[in-house]
Amino acid sequence: MMSSSFWSMGGYARYVWPCFAFAGAVLAWNLWSARRHHAAARVRAARMLEMAAGDDS
Amino acid sequence: MWTWFYKLASPPYVYGAAAALAPWFLGAAALALGYGLIAGLAIAPPDYQQGEAFRMIYVHVPGALLSMTVYAVMAVASAVALIWRIKVGFAVAAAAAPIGASFTVLALVTGSLWGRPMWGTYWAWDPRLTSELILLFLYVGVMSLRSAFEDPARGDRAAALLATVGVINLPIIHFSVVWWNSLHQGATIVKLGAPSMDASMLWPLLSMWLGFMLFFAAVLCIRVQGEVLNRERQSTWVRMAVKS
Repeated sequence: MMSSSFWSMGGYARYVWPCFAFAGAVLAWNLWSARRHHAAARVRAARMLEMAAGDDS
Repeated sequence: MWTWFYKLASPPYVYGAAAALAPWFLGAAALALGYGLIAGLAIAPPDYQQGEAFRMIYVHVPGALLSMTVYAVMAVASAVALIWRIKVGFAVAAAAAPIGASFTVLALVTGSLWGRPMWGTYWAWDPRLTSELILLFLYVGVMSLRSAFEDPARGDRAAALLATVGVINLPIIHFSVVWWNSLHQGATIVKLGAPSMDASMLWPLLSMWLGFMLFFAAVLCIRVQGEVLNRERQSTWVRMAVKS
């Protein structure tokens, strides 16, 4: 178990931990939004292909 | 050598390469960030002046460096697209913009959190902070301009032009601490001569920097796939890519 001095960060805990938490949130948002962006583009492309196939038949 | 360059102009090649590379970049980023976090938070000694507060450097500096690196990538991709009319360049520039904006916000927020205990304020109209804020406005401007046109091709060209011209802000950010009086400290790593940090503090920082770079490469690859698909919906190769 980590000591309390580690978590207190020499009295700077209220600056250090939000700093790392925000960095984690930015990285997580980047990964999530990039995957969502790609998935949405695949759905749009598939829908266009279906519409094109429907017009041909 | 030129064959490789020409291949980069091919949307299906870029789509396939990005899909293949993204997981490798992500895995390598996880390793580098894991080491950097453990070494930076638990192993590196406290700074003799700032104490434990200096540990914010491990996310602030990589975030700030990435905010400029991503802009450089976006500007080069935009210039390539404008000069050689390579459409993939527009896709890369569009994919890079939101990532760069997020890293700029990260640099500003973590810098603000670091500034409060060290400078006594969250914000000052300091040359480094102000030029970094202008970088954020440039990212927002590029993204807004791209979506402001009904014709996506015109939006791409206008955004690429702004991104290319805006590159002038990068040396201003870097040298702002040299050219003007600044609260912000001078360069620690990206400078002529050896870095002014002890190895026990420097290695975790370099690892975090590498981790951020690899993470950027991974998310850029994923976003580029989406941008290429959006631009190539009518192409026959997309049929195979979407069905797989």
